[in-house]
Amino acid sequence: MMDSISFIELNAFNVTLLFIVGFIGGMVSGFIGSGGAFVLTPAMMTLGAPGIVAVASNIAHKFPKAIVAALKRHKYGHVDWKLGIIMGIFAELGMLAGKIVMSGIKDTYGDTGTSLYVSFIFVVVLAVVGGFVLRDAYKMYRAEQAGADVHEHKKTRLARWVQSVRIPGTMMYFSSLKAEVSVLFIVPLGFATGALASTIAVGGFIGVPGMMYVLGAPALMASATELVIAFVMGLGGTLLYAWDGVVDVRLAMIILAGSLFGVQLGAIGTTYVKDHTVKLVMGVIMITVLFSRFFYIPGYLSELGLMAPITDSTRDLLKAVGDGTLALALLLGAVIILGALLKGMAAHRKRHEQLAMADGIEE
Amino acid sequence: MTINPTSLNKAIIYGAASGALYYLLFLNMDKTIEWATLTREGQKLYFLIPVIIPCVFSLVHGAFTAYFWDALGMKPATQNNMK
Repeated sequence: MMDSISFIELNAFNVTLLFIVGFIGGMVSGFIGSGGAFVLTPAMMTLGAPGIVAVASNIAHKFPKAIVAALKRHKYGHVDWKLGIIMGIFAELGMLAGKIVMSGIKDTYGDTGTSLYVSFIFVVVLAVVGGFVLRDAYKMYRAEQAGADVHEHKKTRLARWVQSVRIPGTMMYFSSLKAEVSVLFIVPLGFATGALASTIAVGGFIGVPGMMYVLGAPALMASATELVIAFVMGLGGTLLYAWDGVVDVRLAMIILAGSLFGVQLGAIGTTYVKDHTVKLVMGVIMITVLFSRFFYIPGYLSELGLMAPITDSTRDLLKAVGDGTLALALLLGAVIILGALLKGMAAHRKRHEQLAMADGIEE
Repeated sequence: MTINPTSLNKAIIYGAASGALYYLLFLNMDKTIEWATLTREGQKLYFLIPVIIPCVFSLVHGAFTAYFWDALGMKPATQNNMK
């Protein structure tokens, strides 16, 4: 099967499209720690790249991008390297487990079965986690409006409990948590992040909320630490796919060209926003992506004979609406990030001018 | 928008280096496909190429994009209390 793999022809249209999609995906990844893969893999497949080449090329551009973004966020003091590397190692194991489950489903129910499984996981994970993140963002926003000190990071009850559990021989101090936590709590989180990454390509949808709500990390630090996890997972994935010779390095480098512009901008954006804005962007993207998957499900159910057959044209239309919603999710995220960045920069500049003027008067 | 001359100079240098790397890739596009095919056929040493190329490009192009935004005045907030 590997011998029949062919790489696509590149032309000006392909290159421009991949560059733009890379830019938007990169901006979202730099801001919330992950998410760009949603549009990149389907975009490459739409241009004619076989699924495995699209996945492999996406992962090959992702790991160096993640480290560039992580180094950038490190300068702002957002990255907990120790937590990221430990979670990354267990995420690798989760990725392998996720692949085994996918292969099992594929052997029993075929490609449509795996697609239905992926959509089901998408909907369940995004509904639960996305809803939780949005609710939290809203609560923080309300608290801020009421005059509460939102700069003080508040840990959830679960995180306080996790940090209170002492299991001798497994305790480790993490700078993002400002506390010792048993590694035994980190293992399942890392594992689930990897398993989700190998299923829907974006492990961060478990990793980031997991670090925030289960371990007690601030949103800004969780999204930055996720970049370290993405690097560790991406490097492992790239080595595996490169060994099979399915990485199209041309595609990966074009995406990287746009993506690095976006990732830098997304990372700068995080320094101008409050924790609830990161949560808002993450929640909005998760819920929009969730709705996009609903449009694919009737097609899969009909193919598996679980509902009355639908015509090819209806299925194609539903798929196009689903793809459109997905693109909208990323565009929406990009607009919120750019808006927050420009607004934050203007406020920052104004404050500096006021301070400079006050200094001048005092002198 | 104020242009930062130091960042602009660095952006030009790294931009030229990044442009050169992409031009080299453009010249050798067919070779990258050939290397992938050879890897699939069993010459496994070639597998390192798609791992090394992204790392090199990332470093150079990453530095370019950082200086590019910096030169355009897109800088991070300097103090947390500015949020």
